[in-house]
Amino acid sequence: MLKEFDLKKDIKLDFTSGWSYDPAPESTDHVHIKDQYDHFIGGKFVAPQGGQYFDTTNPANEKKLASVAMGCDKDVDAAVKAARTAYDKYWSKMSPRDRGRYIYRIARMIQERAREFAVIETLDGGKPIRESRDVDVPLVAAYFFYYAGWADKLQYAFPGGNPKPLGVAGQIIPWNFPLLMAAWKIAPALATGNTVVLKPAETTPLTSLKLAEIIQEADLPPGVVNIVTGAGDTGASIVNHPNVDKIAFTGSTNVGKIIQKSIAGTNKKLTLELGGKAANIIFDDATIDQAVEGIINGIFFNQGHVCCAGSRLFVQEGVADIIRDKLIDRMQSLIVGDPMDKNTDIGAINSKEQLGTIQRYLEIGLNEGNEIYQTKCDLPDKGYWCCPTLVANVSQSSRLVQEEIFGPVLTIQTFRTPEEVLEKANNTPYGLSGGVWTDKGSKIFNMTNKVRAGVMWANTFNKFDPTSPFGGYKESGLGREGGLHGLYPYLKF
Amino acid sequence: MSNVTSAVPDFRFTPTIDQVGVEERVAKLNTRSIKKESKMFALKLALSMVDLTTLEGMDSPGKVRQLCQKAMHPHDAVDDIPKVAAVCVYPTFVRTAKETLKGSGINVASVATAFPSGWAPLQSKLDEVRFCVDEGADEIDMVISRGEFLKGNYSYIFDEVAQVKEACGPAHLKVILETGELQTLDNVRRASDISMYAGADFIKTSTGKVSPAATQPVTLVMLEAIRDYYYKTGKKIGMKPAGGIRDAKTAIRYLVMVKETLGADWLNPDLFRFGASTLANDLLMQIVKQQTGVYQSIDYFSKD
Repeated sequence: MLKEFDLKKDIKLDFTSGWSYDPAPESTDHVHIKDQYDHFIGGKFVAPQGGQYFDTTNPANEKKLASVAMGCDKDVDAAVKAARTAYDKYWSKMSPRDRGRYIYRIARMIQERAREFAVIETLDGGKPIRESRDVDVPLVAAYFFYYAGWADKLQYAFPGGNPKPLGVAGQIIPWNFPLLMAAWKIAPALATGNTVVLKPAETTPLTSLKLAEIIQEADLPPGVVNIVTGAGDTGASIVNHPNVDKIAFTGSTNVGKIIQKSIAGTNKKLTLELGGKAANIIFDDATIDQAVEGIINGIFFNQGHVCCAGSRLFVQEGVADIIRDKLIDRMQSLIVGDPMDKNTDIGAINSKEQLGTIQRYLEIGLNEGNEIYQTKCDLPDKGYWCCPTLVANVSQSSRLVQEEIFGPVLTIQTFRTPEEVLEKANNTPYGLSGGVWTDKGSKIFNMTNKVRAGVMWANTFNKFDPTSPFGGYKESGLGREGGLHGLYPYLKF
Repeated sequence: MSNVTSAVPDFRFTPTIDQVGVEERVAKLNTRSIKKESKMFALKLALSMVDLTTLEGMDSPGKVRQLCQKAMHPHDAVDDIPKVAAVCVYPTFVRTAKETLKGSGINVASVATAFPSGWAPLQSKLDEVRFCVDEGADEIDMVISRGEFLKGNYSYIFDEVAQVKEACGPAHLKVILETGELQTLDNVRRASDISMYAGADFIKTSTGKVSPAATQPVTLVMLEAIRDYYYKTGKKIGMKPAGGIRDAKTAIRYLVMVKETLGADWLNPDLFRFGASTLANDLLMQIVKQQTGVYQSIDYFSKD
C-alpha cells in the first residue's frame, strides 16, 4: 500500500538475517483478571445502575479480557456523593500526616505488585512489556511517593498562602498511559486533601480497577477514591455534575474544548492536558548517534501514543541525509510485535479506531506526494499494528505536520538557521513539548527560551520525573501537573 | 559509489559523543532477553570469537602450549564445541604458539609496539612488529602512543599506525586504543577514526593492563565509528573488546550491541573478537548447562 522511497544504497547494513532472538514472553501466571468488573464507589465494587457492561479487549490479539461496567448519570452521581461524604466525614478532617501515610502505603503496594500491574497494562493497552515494566509502573510508584511527601508540607510549598483543598475532583484520563495518568491525577489530589472520582478510558480500564483493589486493601476511608468506568458520556456526566469542584482532564484537544465550554460560568477549577505536535530540533553540531537514538525514543516510545511525542523532526541541512540514513537503519532494528515479549520495542496500536486514524493520515501523506518510508516487519495475523514510519521532504502545510497523528509516524523537515526553525517549530496550534540537540550550551538556552512549549528537553527526549512540572501552551492545555506546580490546581488560597 | 570517498578527514572535527546518551542506549540494549536456541547460538558464536590470551611476565613455553591445546580442544567431552579464533601471546612465544597450532586454523596474535605502555622509539616498535611477523604471527595487536594522543598530536598517531600497518605485511593489524587512558568517549571516537583511516583491520579497546578495560559504552562508541567508516568507505573494520569480559552473560550483551549496531555481517570471528582468558570457561559451562539443564562444577573444565 505504501510506497517506499528509493533506497538503492551501495552500502547497506543487514539487520534482518542471521542471529535472531527467540520469543521471550513475560508470564501471566500470577496475574488475575476477573471476568467482570464493577464500579468502585464508596470503598466497594458496585454494579452499574443501568445494568450495562462493555468489553475491554487485548489490542494485540483482539481477544476479550473482561467486561467492565458502563457508567451512567446515576453511577456518577453515586460516586460524587460518596466522594463528598468521604471529604466531609474523613479526608478533610484527617491530619495531613495521616493522609500522607495512606498515600505512601498505596505507593509501596504498587511497588510490591509491580509485575502484575505491568502485565495487565500491556495486555489491556498493547504497549510493550519492557515499557510498562521499566517506565510506566516505576513512575507510577514514584509519583505516589513524591506527592505523599507533600501532604504534610503544603504550608511550606505556599508560604503564607494558607492552602485549602477544593473538595471533590472529577478526573478523566486517556488510554496511552492508563495507570500513570491515574497516578498523576490521584496522587496530588489526595495529597492536597481532595477526594476523587476518576474515569479511566474505555479501552484501558483494567489497571485503574486493579488500583481500586489496592486502595481497598490499603484501607483508605471509603469514598476517598471512586472509579467509574465508561466512555465519553460517562466522562461528560462527571464534567457536568454540579457537585464536582474541579475537573482534571487528559486527552484530545477537541474534548478539552468541549469541557471548557461545559464548565464555563461554573465555579469548577480546570486543568487540561491535551494534544501536542512537538518539534524535535537537530543542529549540525549535535552528537549524531545519540540524537538518532533520541529521535527514535521521541517518536516510537509507546507506539507514538504520546501527547508529548517528538513527531515533527527538524534537521539542519548539513546533517539531514546522514540523520535520515541512520534513522532508517535504526528503525529496521526495532522489533515490532507481541507486546508481552520482553524484546518487543513497538507493541500494538491501542484500538481499531486509532489504527484507522493513523492509516487515514498515511493515505493523506501519500496523496500529498510525500516520501513515505516504512520498515519491513513481520506482523501477527490478529491485532492492530503499524510499522515505524518516516515521512520525508514534507512541507509545513502538510496535514501530517499540522495535525496530531498519535502513532509511530515521524515527519522530517530541514532548516538552515535558528530563526527559520523557530518560526516553523512555533507555527502550530500546539505547544506541549519540544527537543533541542546541540553540543553548544548557549544554543540550548537560546532555543529552549524561544520555543513556545511547556516542556523542553535538551539532548534527550521523553524524560519524566515527579518533581518536574508538565503541561502545555496554547491548545496543548491549561495548568501543570507534577512537581510543586502540580499541587496548585487542587488548592484554594 | 558516487558519494563514497576515502579522503582522510580532519580528526579535530570527528563527531562528538554524549556519554549520557550512550549509557542510556547500552542500558536499553541490556534488557534484551536471550533465551533457548538463540542463547545457545550466541554462546557458541561467542566462543568462536575468543582470542585466548596470556600476557604475563611469568609466561612460559609450557603455558603457551597448554593454552594452544585449550584453543583447539576447548572441551572435547561435549560434541559440537567450536574452536576459538586465536591465541594471543607476547612476541617471545609466537613461534611456540605457531608450532603448536599448526594445521588447526587458529590464528596466532602477538602484542607488539612496546605493549602495554607503548613507550619506546618508533624504530624499535617497527622492528618488534617485523620480528613477530617473521616468527609467524597472523595478527599484530599494537598499542597507540597515548602520550602523543593526549597531547593532541593526532597526526603522530596516524603516521604511527600507518607505519606499523606497513611493517605488518600480510598480518592483520589490531590497534589497541587503551580507552581506560583516553578516558573520554570523544577521545575514543577520535582515536577509532584515526586508527581506521590509517589502516587498522581491527580496533581494540584495551591492553587488559589498565582499569577500566573494555566497557559497553566504549565498545558501542567504537562500533558506531566502525559503522560510519563503513558508510563512508565501504570497508568493514573489525572490533575487539578486551579485558574485563569474564562471563557469558556479558559476552551475549556485547553480541546484542554488535547485532543492533552493525547487523549480521559483523557477527563472525573475522570481524568481532573477545580478548579474554576466563570467558571461555564460563561460555563452556553455560553451553553444557543449556544442553543438560544443570550446572557442572568448574572443576570439570580445564583451567589454563
